[in-house]
Amino acid sequence: MNRKNFIYLTGMGIGGAMLKGIPVIGAPISVEQALGGGIDVALKKRMADVALTAARAKGATYTDVRIGRYLRQFVVTREEKVQNVVNTESFGMGIRVLANGCWGFAAVDKLDNDSIAKAATAAVAIAKENARIQSEPVQLAPQKGYGEVSWKAPIEKNSFEVPIKDKVDLLLKVNDTAMKAGSNYVTSIIFSVNEQKYFASSDGSYIDQDVHRIWPTFYATKIDTKTGKFQTRNALSAPRGLGYEYLTPSDSEKIKGMPTPLYRDRYDMIEDAGFAGAQGGEKIAAKSVEPGKYDLVLDPSHLWLTIHESVGHPTELDRVLGYEANFAGTSFLTLDKWKSGKFNFGSKNVNIVADKLQKGSLGAVGYDDEGVKCGRWDLIKDGVLVNYQTIRDQAHIIGLNASQGCCYADSWSDVQFQRMPNVSLQAGKTPLTQNDMIKNVEKGIYIVGDSSFSIDQQRYNFQFSGQLYYEIKNGKIAGMLNDVAYQSNTQEFWNSCVGVCDQSDYRLGGSFFDGKGQPQQVSAVSHGSATARFNGVNVINTARKI
Amino acid sequence: MAIFSQEEAQALMKKALSFSKADECEISFSGSIGGNIRYARNSVSTSGSVSQTQMVIASAFGKKQGTVTLNEYDDASLEKAVRKSEELAQLAPENPEFMNYLDPQTYDPLNPKLYDAKTGDMPPKIRTDMVAQSLQVAKDNNLTAAGFLQNQGAFSSTMNSHGLFNYNKSSDINFSITLRTADGKGSGYASRDFEDYNDMDTLKLTKIAAQKATGSVTARAIEPGKYTVILEPSAGIVLLEQLYGGLDARSADEGRSFLSKKGGGTKLGEQLVDPRVNIYSDPMDPRLPTSNYTGDGQPAVKRSWIEKGVVKNLFYSRYWAKKKGVPEVPYPGGFIMDGGDQSLEDLIKGTEKGILVTRLWYIRPVDPQTLLYTGLTRDGTFYIENGQIKFPVKNFRFNESPVIMLNNLEALGKTERAVSGESFQSALIPPMKIRDFTFSSLSDAV
Repeated sequence: MNRKNFIYLTGMGIGGAMLKGIPVIGAPISVEQALGGGIDVALKKRMADVALTAARAKGATYTDVRIGRYLRQFVVTREEKVQNVVNTESFGMGIRVLANGCWGFAAVDKLDNDSIAKAATAAVAIAKENARIQSEPVQLAPQKGYGEVSWKAPIEKNSFEVPIKDKVDLLLKVNDTAMKAGSNYVTSIIFSVNEQKYFASSDGSYIDQDVHRIWPTFYATKIDTKTGKFQTRNALSAPRGLGYEYLTPSDSEKIKGMPTPLYRDRYDMIEDAGFAGAQGGEKIAAKSVEPGKYDLVLDPSHLWLTIHESVGHPTELDRVLGYEANFAGTSFLTLDKWKSGKFNFGSKNVNIVADKLQKGSLGAVGYDDEGVKCGRWDLIKDGVLVNYQTIRDQAHIIGLNASQGCCYADSWSDVQFQRMPNVSLQAGKTPLTQNDMIKNVEKGIYIVGDSSFSIDQQRYNFQFSGQLYYEIKNGKIAGMLNDVAYQSNTQEFWNSCVGVCDQSDYRLGGSFFDGKGQPQQVSAVSHGSATARFNGVNVINTARKI
Repeated sequence: MAIFSQEEAQALMKKALSFSKADECEISFSGSIGGNIRYARNSVSTSGSVSQTQMVIASAFGKKQGTVTLNEYDDASLEKAVRKSEELAQLAPENPEFMNYLDPQTYDPLNPKLYDAKTGDMPPKIRTDMVAQSLQVAKDNNLTAAGFLQNQGAFSSTMNSHGLFNYNKSSDINFSITLRTADGKGSGYASRDFEDYNDMDTLKLTKIAAQKATGSVTARAIEPGKYTVILEPSAGIVLLEQLYGGLDARSADEGRSFLSKKGGGTKLGEQLVDPRVNIYSDPMDPRLPTSNYTGDGQPAVKRSWIEKGVVKNLFYSRYWAKKKGVPEVPYPGGFIMDGGDQSLEDLIKGTEKGILVTRLWYIRPVDPQTLLYTGLTRDGTFYIENGQIKFPVKNFRFNESPVIMLNNLEALGKTERAVSGESFQSALIPPMKIRDFTFSSLSDAV
């Protein structure tokens, strides 16, 4: 699934997703089909062996096979109406081979022995053809075969097993709550994902994985017909690697005492909708920001996106090396900066970790899409760049003899390549709450929720906006602001980080739609942090007249 | 077999429909074959081919609809899928906005330029040869190439129980290339998209990118602010598509669009931009062929959207048109903006002081009220003085609305085909000279 299709199915254009316009995957199926267990693992192994054998016979020196069944469910409501209930399924096989030192790939959705063998043959033919213009052979980091293993997301309640009626009832209640509180229009959605992925390789791995994700969200719009102004307040939920348990409200998972409730591992969608309904009108009436330098206090519901764009992407080794130059760009974090061992990415408060195992995160899996067991490692340590994210055919470039397990494909029909793991700012070690942090700010803005985001092709210059902006004057929140966006340069911004709240404030944000590659693919990734303070950041006013 | 002929598709869908017991049933059947090469660091990075088909069966009882999909087309599979769609429809909640499936429609003949069989089924060798030409330019000029070449053939067809039937085949080849200098101080870009691979000249496009890359080395920093800019089509398209993509009646009627008016109503029929701006769609235009029917099965016709700067039409979905008692206006397959007689070189010659922009990147909405967008220049930004390109300049971040931009129009060049680096949609766009374009900060990115 992709943002374009997501918007089509939900019948609206939205901001806040990561990507625009990529090829369609998935097609509608019934609930009954979605609850089916898919193909038996023994049959998948037999299918994979057909591909492995056929590719080897044609001259492949390495082959991996991914059999994917990708299930997605959208339940979409608008005001008092059910707009759409759609289950989609995408099923097929992707075969990647190395032949004559070059990669080749073919994908097929008819999985009889003949079609599989033909696809394997095609992949080898493509590899051999392309080897003519290959400057140097692919160098794969060694990877031991794991034999037959499996991994399953540790969810409590499979969202696909929850009756549609329960979801519809919840969403209609959300809409009603927001409208009673002041919204004119509300769209609400529960988007559930289940990736049933089977991986096999000529290294001897046969890996069966079951990945679950969920994203409950809404968009509540308030219109002032007198002035013609309108404002939308989006949900403060996060897409998560959880089951339907995420939608069971829990007081212990709420952060209270701020202008709007904030949520950790359980989300109270109805409560959030009530606040959103009221805040639409507040946003319209809010004072337009005076441009200038402010100390920013950034909530994790906002900061995740800044981390994603300014830390996650520039530490991707393929981008550093130039593999993304034609689309998403390169990176300012060049190899010489890493080699120096002292490149000052941020202040001492900045510790950023890559983690493919984090429970409840979008990027959590047991093994990546080229059969590498996943792990956790430092990217930025005490403000210094110490590592990148990489995969098997690039690991040797930074002196590694094994991949870090960052390979992913968004469907069976796309070739796997380097995608970012969960990348998160570590909480501060000294006890510090949001209120403690705000107390010490003389002239600042507290920003909650994500909105507009844009960064240059080497990840220097960025501009971000949020959902809610609160002016901070002399240590106190002094009311709502509007028309706020901040601009900065990545290194400058992270060096202005003067504090990070403690672990009690740590939360995950993330995206279902991180876009990269050609043909473009999406991946789902989480970014955790506690609230952080950045001093002297340039804020612009975005109000215009047409 | 990923490309089914009209007769093959029709026979399968007819068979599936024969099993239907619902009030209404509609079947969509589509498939594609294609291949691609992606290269970087002057060498192939990934490459592959994909072949797939899918049939979607939708059944409706009253305002309740159920859908299923399948990719096995024997009689038993078809019947099973129809039954499942009916079961799901009976269980589904009512959708008050559900519209009955269309009655039979009359379509104009398909644009003959829409499909080229050889482009859809291109052998790997042709792709490799086209990329080899591009790589040679990079090597000859001591530049580093990253590029992408993709070809695809596809078919799409719909049939329903009211007698509607449509079918089309389309082909596509797209190419984009970025060349960077060895020292990383210069970068250039070019891209194109066509239906026929014979139109795609990877050599010529790579030479353009090479010129941009070598010409953009040692860029100077100049102060951000308001400048006269010349947006090449590959730059202009990413802002224009936000404007024409936003011509939606429902959001305007509901008061949540840049086309909504204070106190209610929309700007339909009102002057929105400079009178020289004409934007329309035409499925039969040989330069940008699109299907003879729209995404929801309605006939695709030539239609004006902005005429002499006035909002001439807004998209009306079938549901919204019925609610408002107006004709349906479906979303078209492609957009065309009229241009002038001047070449890009002429526009540069006529510019006293300004900035030439090759490409805009990472375009995101900032304020839907004013259609304000932010983004950055990329891959070749040059300072113009006294009608000549004087030197490359560092990239900028902009905050600009296409509505404001088209009210600050100075001149239009000759329309040409461009492909958006954001949405990957093609359009016919002229190079545009715009005054007071707002650059809000500098970027160090190359």
